Amino acid sequence: MATLEAELAGLDALELAVPPRRSRASRIWSATWPKLGAAAIALLFWQIVVWSGWKPEFLLPAPATVFKALFTNLGDYVSASATTLQRAVIGFAIAVVIGTFIGAVVTRSRVLRSAVGSMVTGLMTMPSIAWFPMAIVLFGLKESAILFVIVIGAAPSVANGFIAGVDNTPPVLIRAAHMLGAKGWTNFRHVVLPAALPTYIGGLKQGWAFAWRSLLAGELLVQIAGKSSLGRDLDTARQLPDFPAMYATMVVIFVIGVLVDSLVFGKAERAIRKRYGLIDAAAAD
Amino acid sequence: MTQMQTHPPDQAIEEDGPPQAVSLDAVSKVFGHAGDATHALDRVTLDVARGEFVCLIGASGCGKSTLLNLVAGLDQPTSGTVMVRANRTSLMFQESALFPWLTVRGNVELALRLDGVPKSQRRGRVHELLELVHLEDFADKRPHELSGGMRQRTALARALAQESDVLLMDEPFGALDAMTRDLLHDELEALWTRTGLTVLFVTHNVREAVRLGNRVVLLTSRPGRIAEEYPVDSGRPRRIDSSQVAELAATITDRLREEVRRHGDPRS
Repeated sequence: MATLEAELAGLDALELAVPPRRSRASRIWSATWPKLGAAAIALLFWQIVVWSGWKPEFLLPAPATVFKALFTNLGDYVSASATTLQRAVIGFAIAVVIGTFIGAVVTRSRVLRSAVGSMVTGLMTMPSIAWFPMAIVLFGLKESAILFVIVIGAAPSVANGFIAGVDNTPPVLIRAAHMLGAKGWTNFRHVVLPAALPTYIGGLKQGWAFAWRSLLAGELLVQIAGKSSLGRDLDTARQLPDFPAMYATMVVIFVIGVLVDSLVFGKAERAIRKRYGLIDAAAAD
Repeated sequence: MTQMQTHPPDQAIEEDGPPQAVSLDAVSKVFGHAGDATHALDRVTLDVARGEFVCLIGASGCGKSTLLNLVAGLDQPTSGTVMVRANRTSLMFQESALFPWLTVRGNVELALRLDGVPKSQRRGRVHELLELVHLEDFADKRPHELSGGMRQRTALARALAQESDVLLMDEPFGALDAMTRDLLHDELEALWTRTGLTVLFVTHNVREAVRLGNRVVLLTSRPGRIAEEYPVDSGRPRRIDSSQVAELAATITDRLREEVRRHGDPRS
């Protein structure tokens, strides 16, 4: 059988020949320059609108003015961001726990799925701002009102991501697991859960976006005395008025959104998709 | 049309208990209801002896896969009885059905783990199984990093990890290129000779069936019935391009074509 062994080894070697990988620096550069380019184009567009004189400059200041305002008061923005991010993280964490629990329960039972499944999707279409009157009535003008709206905004996405992940498991994997004798919790833990993971991460990502949006809406409406936050700064700057500060706050909100999305969720999503072979390994770098 | 017969396997088996590992007695399977019912299998009677390698062949719609699902216990017959005298059966599909989040080692190990093999023994067992399919150097690769042939070898190692005495294979090499397929035939034959497994192998490739089986069972399509059985007498190891294989394959192909033509005839 030595021949067979050698032939198999030869065929394996031929089939697994991979092209050489590019250097780390070149991979980072090729991932970064389109983003930098897009940012440059957006800033240029902004500057052109200012130059056109469409609105007086004190209402719509130039990028340079806004960034100057941002960097002179950087400390304030950092502390406001910290408050806002802390709320976001707490609210999102609660949403993940609740959403995952609901998703897990719903996928275990056919009756629950038809009963709860469409309601979860319905909740997702509900604008978060529409929950605030109720939240304020129930919780008052407090942190808990904001948290409530974050959770109710983000949990359905998390639950939906989980349910979709379970539903999209290839039937052949379910049959294979069945043939291997996987049942009940073991099946859930070793097959259902990992199979759902890529879609679940997508749900988390979407949940985060909903959480961030709900939070900022909440901070505009529910202003807690003595606590500076991004949403509150935004409203204060408009009322003062300090328009460069208002635009600077918007830039901060946008940048945090982009960074969390690409550095946390984007990275996790790519790592998992690469691991599962859902994307070309070379393109994933 | 159907015939009851058992062929002695090539190698010696224990004399205790009945010699059939799998017995199907007048098994029918109907999908759907009344008007648009599909008779996937119609009164199929088939015995597979312990240690025998039986290939099931037929055109599309002959219920080959349905038959395997019945033997695997994934489905129940509409009528008739399916008897499997084995500790359990394992099943290999045309797609490898490996878990993409696990490495080659992880996939084989999960089968052992689900079987309750203690952790201390798993590592050694996994290594043995991967050696058996010549994949020990690729233990840490993930399925998407492997070629189709390597994926099927991993799936084979995973199936063997279950230590079942009956291995069911549903067109396992159908999606592979010819060269890889030939090598996997050699590998499967060597494995079968060594282990004395009972194999029920479904394919639509006549030469493959003759290359591998002790017996080739030809099924008709809609409804699936056993049309003919062909014992394969040539010795092992066989070659797919040997004249004996080619000759029997030609006979079976003629019979299969006749069967296919019958379905193209508007009067039937």
